[in-house]
Amino acid sequence: MTIGTKFLLARYADCSFWLGRYMERAESLARILDVNLHFSRDSRGSQNWRSIVQLNADEERFDEAYDVASYANVVHFYVLDRDNPSSIISAIRAAKENARALRPTISTEMWSHLNVFNNTMATLTSDDLKQSELSRVCANIKLECQTHTGITEGTFFRDQSWYFYLIGRELERADQTTRLLDIKYHLLLPPDQRVGSPVDVSQWNALLRSVAGYHAYRREHPRGMSPKQVAAFLLFNMSFPRSIALCLSQIDQHLHRLRSGFGLRAGISAMELLDETRAAVSGHTPDSLVQYGLHEFSDYLQRQLMAMTAAVRHEFCGVPADSDGE
Amino acid sequence: MSDGTDLLTAYDRQNHWCEMLGGDGAPAEHAAMVRNRLGRLTLSDLVRRAEIAERELYNLGITFTVYSERDVIDRILPFDVIPRIISPGDWDIIERGSKQRVTALNMFLHDVYHEGRILKEGVVPAELVYGNAYYREQMRGVSVPHGSYVNVCGVDLVRDHLGRFKVLEDNARTPSGVSYVVENRHMMQRTFPDMMDEIGIRPVSDYGQKLLEAVAELAPAEVADPQVVLLSPGVYNSAYFEHVFLAREMGVPLVEGSDLFVEDDRVWMRTTAGKAPVHSIYRRIDDAFLDPEVFNSESMLGVPGIFGAYIKGNVGLANAVGTGCADDKAVYAYMPRIIRFYLDEEPILDNVETHICREREGLAYTLANLENLVIKPVGESGGYGIVIGPRATQEEIEDVRAKLIANPSNFISQPMIDLSVCPTLIDGMIEPRHVDLRPFVVTGQSSWVLPGGLTRVALRRGSLVVNSSQGGGSKDTWVLEP
Repeated sequence: MTIGTKFLLARYADCSFWLGRYMERAESLARILDVNLHFSRDSRGSQNWRSIVQLNADEERFDEAYDVASYANVVHFYVLDRDNPSSIISAIRAAKENARALRPTISTEMWSHLNVFNNTMATLTSDDLKQSELSRVCANIKLECQTHTGITEGTFFRDQSWYFYLIGRELERADQTTRLLDIKYHLLLPPDQRVGSPVDVSQWNALLRSVAGYHAYRREHPRGMSPKQVAAFLLFNMSFPRSIALCLSQIDQHLHRLRSGFGLRAGISAMELLDETRAAVSGHTPDSLVQYGLHEFSDYLQRQLMAMTAAVRHEFCGVPADSDGE
Repeated sequence: MSDGTDLLTAYDRQNHWCEMLGGDGAPAEHAAMVRNRLGRLTLSDLVRRAEIAERELYNLGITFTVYSERDVIDRILPFDVIPRIISPGDWDIIERGSKQRVTALNMFLHDVYHEGRILKEGVVPAELVYGNAYYREQMRGVSVPHGSYVNVCGVDLVRDHLGRFKVLEDNARTPSGVSYVVENRHMMQRTFPDMMDEIGIRPVSDYGQKLLEAVAELAPAEVADPQVVLLSPGVYNSAYFEHVFLAREMGVPLVEGSDLFVEDDRVWMRTTAGKAPVHSIYRRIDDAFLDPEVFNSESMLGVPGIFGAYIKGNVGLANAVGTGCADDKAVYAYMPRIIRFYLDEEPILDNVETHICREREGLAYTLANLENLVIKPVGESGGYGIVIGPRATQEEIEDVRAKLIANPSNFISQPMIDLSVCPTLIDGMIEPRHVDLRPFVVTGQSSWVLPGGLTRVALRRGSLVVNSSQGGGSKDTWVLEP
């Protein structure tokens, strides 16, 4: 008569998956905002806040609610706007609601932390997001997300639910990395086709820092920084936690664990999609990637990740295959 | 520490029976040790600890949730840090009296859904039961395991100015509040360990296991290791915290209607590995929403076909379907007669004196004494619709008089009980506030009473209404070891 060891409610599996995803998304958004503030100034010292809107493919939703992509508007849209489902506050709230549904199975520490975090987020106002304050606010959000990760690692019962949580987290991580790559794709075009300004190393710097990858990159490439190398690092490196290859490899392990360790028979088409995607990634070299087109490849990866999400939810959780997710 | 003055020196029980001090000529000796320790605290220390406790309840999400269109608002049930102490002797009466009551309720329910002896013999008017909105015709002739219908019962008690416990009402459908009993104790253990030291307080922490045993006893007899689940209306229900609490304490899955389905008159849950059988259900959804095929067809919360599985004996349900016709305020008035009828015993716990307005004398007495009585509509719960005569305006009196004359069967009346008080921390001062007590009786094959219960406190000065929906809070309830 115990929870978990024998079976897991399909609904709990889905909630675990989304809990992992939303917390990863909140952390990732905080990173991107913070890094954009610090590192993505152009030669005249101005920041391009619209690129963040493009990064998340939110142009339509943003333009409906705001007239101009100013600092204040973009930051409000991504931190405080409850009507924006891809804002940090929405992600945290969605994470909390999933945790609420999972409360019978998760630790009191985990629940209590998320509850307090969510309550703190609800007290933030536009005043707290002045340019001078943003970095501190983002640092706090990252820290709370990482505290969540730590509490979860230390207290989550290692039943099926844990693996669904991890799959959700890794899928979101991979998704975020593809979006980052995509937004800078034009910088990777061959020199004779370059659109606009010369390569600005600070752009690549910012990109790496937004995934906490600058120093990791330097360990692999002590000298120089080329767009091709950075892209290859984010796609292929097997030691960097946010690289596509590593995320996919971890998803593979978690799916195997669910099928072999817990005897689940579902997940065939999720596994097939995963194998296909991993083969596509390992089939590329940095050069072939440039030939193929980074934008096209990022697009392909995003489609695959979405299909995997749908497959995992459909096969394990009984969510209709045509459900559009969140 | 102390400046020499006792924290309770200025406290005045204002001639009410006090749970901490006792009554005229009857000091509460059992509470002396707690009283002395409390007295030695400073007010600022007490206030500080109360603030810590409140913040912690909020952070732990021990809350009931109010959903508006945009926002999710978590409210805590206000918690008062000064405990209510119950002596072993008083507890003995409460325990025996509550069990007696549940036994009679179960015999009554079995009877009205089978032969209806008590109705044929005219002890209880038949139309009171058959005409009751909570009477479930579909339960006629259905037998439940061990004749146990009311598996969880909350018996609401008040104490009058002489310190006598009286039953105010029975809650035989899905009584709530037990999570606060246990969480309040945990809170006191964290914030007032020094006050509890060396005092034998009976534990409340095994409620979940007792409940699990009782619910498991309702499973089909041939199942050796029954799968129990808790069925909740879901996260949007205001009592969701309690459902989570109980599922965790019982160690069973918390399911919603959509997690379950019925196939071949058996109940299954949807898991990542396919379907898994369910044998007994502690359900926290009302009869009306349980099975859209049988009851409210609009219900999205229930499980189509579950009632069929239930009457075939393939799944246990706690509480049984149709218990609502026994905890009605109109039937309540007959409880002393019901106890005598089935058990041939005098009630151990008295009812509050009750005038049944459907009976001629009851109505006449009520109409003649409206200004002195509490008038209650029989179909409402949560303290709604009650008119307290001594505190009502002339307009309110005339309004209820008209309603009484128009539909006397819809009302009972009771004298105004001077509820006992308990010292309570209010805005940095210790003041008397009225309290009630809801002990919880868990019944499978036999009955067990949680030694504690929910003490609700009316936080508004002079108020007698303890319901959380109307400004009530709660206290930890310490039943002392004999």
